[in-house]
Amino acid sequence: MKNRSLFLLSALVFGFAFLYIPILSMIVYSFNESRLVTVWGGFSVKWYGELLQNRQLLQSAWLSFRIAAVTATGAVIIGTLAGFVLARFKQFRTRTMFAGMVTAPLVMPEVITGLSLLLLFVALAPLPFVPDTRGFSTITIAHITLTLSYVTVIVRSRLASMDESLEEAAMDLGARPVTVFLKITLPIIAPAMISGWLLAFTLSLDDLVIASFTAGPSTNTLPMMIFSTVRRGITPQINALATIMVGIVTVFVIVAGILMARQERRRQLDMRLAEAAAAAPRG
Amino acid sequence: MAPTNPGYVSLGERLVLWMDQLWTNVQGSGPYRWSAGMLRRVGLRGHRLVIAVPWLWLVLFFLIPFIIVLKISFAETRWLGTPPYGPLFDWVETQLHIRLNLANYLFLIRDALYVKAFLSSIKVAAVSTVICLLIGYPMAYAIARADLRWRNLLLLLVILPFWTSFLLRVYAWMGLLGSNGPINQLLMALGLIDEPLRMLNTDFAMYIGIVYSYLPFMILPLYSNLEKHDITLLEAAVDLGCKPFKAFLSITLPLSKPGIIAGSMLVFIPAVGEFVIPRLLGGTDSLMIGRVLWDEFFLNRNWPVASAVAIVLLIVLVIPIGIFQHYQMKEAEGEERQ
Repeated sequence: MKNRSLFLLSALVFGFAFLYIPILSMIVYSFNESRLVTVWGGFSVKWYGELLQNRQLLQSAWLSFRIAAVTATGAVIIGTLAGFVLARFKQFRTRTMFAGMVTAPLVMPEVITGLSLLLLFVALAPLPFVPDTRGFSTITIAHITLTLSYVTVIVRSRLASMDESLEEAAMDLGARPVTVFLKITLPIIAPAMISGWLLAFTLSLDDLVIASFTAGPSTNTLPMMIFSTVRRGITPQINALATIMVGIVTVFVIVAGILMARQERRRQLDMRLAEAAAAAPRG
Repeated sequence: MAPTNPGYVSLGERLVLWMDQLWTNVQGSGPYRWSAGMLRRVGLRGHRLVIAVPWLWLVLFFLIPFIIVLKISFAETRWLGTPPYGPLFDWVETQLHIRLNLANYLFLIRDALYVKAFLSSIKVAAVSTVICLLIGYPMAYAIARADLRWRNLLLLLVILPFWTSFLLRVYAWMGLLGSNGPINQLLMALGLIDEPLRMLNTDFAMYIGIVYSYLPFMILPLYSNLEKHDITLLEAAVDLGCKPFKAFLSITLPLSKPGIIAGSMLVFIPAVGEFVIPRLLGGTDSLMIGRVLWDEFFLNRNWPVASAVAIVLLIVLVIPIGIFQHYQMKEAEGEERQ
C-alpha cells in the first residue's frame, strides 16, 4: 500500500513538472535582460516595452480578439440548439448523421477542416452576396464550425443531467415551448453555455492552421503572427507575450473557479432550505 | 429555486425575463407573423426549425466542403489560373462530360515520399499515444483516488495548460531543447556531456511536443472513467487475498477500457494530422502528413494533390474516428439514462 501511493505521488509530481516547467521557463526568460537564452543578463521588463510598441502584433491581437468574440457567440447559439436537439429530440430521421456531423470536428485533423473550408469559400466566391475577399468573416465561419462541437457536447451533457419533469410541468401548465425554453431550460443550462463560450473563445484565439487556410493574403491573426516570428527562432518578445497571456488566463480561471464554487454553495443552501420548507409541517 | 428572498432578481433571471418580453413583442409584430406563416407553409414549424438551424450550418460548412475536397481531388492541376484546378464537369455540345482524373491518387501511390509520410505519421501518433497513456494513466488514477479537497485543484492543474495557447507552449520547448537551452546547460554543468546535444529539430523533440500537448486529452477522459469506479470491488478483492497489483490488473484496468479508448483516440487522431509541432520542433526531414499537405497547398500550390492527401488521410482515420464516435454516443446515451 505504501509503495503504491509513493508511485502515484511521483507520477503526479513528474507529470505536473512536465506540464509546467516549459511554461515557467518561458515566464522566467521573458524577464531576461539579454537577448540570448544562454546568458542571464539580469532582470528587465524591456521586452514588455518593445511588445507594446509592436504595432503589427497588437493589430493582429485585436483582430484575433474580435474573431474569437464573434466565434464564441455564434458557436454558443448554434451549439446550444444542436445540444438541445440531441438531448431532447430522440427520434428524427437524420439523427445519427446529425450526431456524427456535430462531433466529427472534435477529432478531425485541422489541416483537413481548414483545406475543405477554404475550398468551399473559393467555390462560393463567384456567387452574389458572398464577400470576395477572405478575412474576418471567413475565419469566423470556420471557427464557429470548429467550436460549435465543443459547445454542443457541453450543453448536451448538462441537459442530460437536468430534470426533464421541470419542463414537462411548465408545459402541462400551459406554457408555450419557447417560454419553457427561455424561463426554465435556459437558466439551468446557462453555466454550460458560459463555459462553452469561454472554450470557444480560447480555441478560436489559439487556432493557427484553420485561420491560415481561410484567411486572405492580407489578414494576419495573432497565432499567424506568432508562428511567422517563432519560425525564425526564439524571441524574448514572444516570451513576454506568452507571460501576459498565461497571466490573464490564470487570473480568469481562478476568478471563475471561485465564482462557480460560491454559486454552487448558494444553490446547495437553497436546496437545503427548500427541503426543510417542504418537510416542515403546514398549518 | 427556493423562496429564500423573494424580492431578489438575479441578473441572469432579469435577462431571461427581458428576452421573454422581447419574444412576446416580436411574435405580435407583423413581419414575424408573416414569416412564421411562410415557414409553416413550407413545413418548418417549432421543433423542426430548431433542428434546421444547426443542420443547415453543418451541411453548408461541414458536409459540402468535404464533397468539394473529394471533387477537387479528382480534378486536373492547372498551374496558371485561379482557382488552380480544372473543371470536373464539362458541357460539350449539350453533352455532359465527367472527367474523373485519378492522376492525383496515382501520384500519391507512386511517389515514395507520400507513402512514407503516411506510415511515419501513423507511427509517430501511435507511439505518442502509448507514451501519453503511460504517463497519463498513473496521473489520472492518482487524481481520481486523491482526497476530495485536492481533487479539484489537481484537475484544474491538468486543465489550465489547455487554456493557454497551444502554439506558445510548443514554442516554449524550442527554448528548452535548443543547443544553448537550459537542459543542455544543466547536463553540461553536471558533467554528463561535453558538448550540447542536438535535441531541437529531431524526432525526439517532436515526440516530446506531441506528448506534452496532448497529455491533458488523455488524462481527462481517463479521470472521468476512473472516478466512477466502485472502490469496494477492489477492497473485496484484497480482502479475499488478492495482491493489490493483481486486483488492479483484473478489476480496474478492464473497467477503465472506455476511458483508455476515448483518451487514445483523442490523442491519436489529431496527432496523425499534426502540423505545428513537426514544423516547429521536428527536423526538416521529419515526414508528417499534415506538414506534407500544408506544403503541397501553400508552397507547391497544388490544390488537387493536397485534396487527394486530405481524402486519403480521412480514409486512414475513418476507423479510429468511428470508434471514437461510437464511444461518444454510448457515453452520451448512458448519461441520459441516468
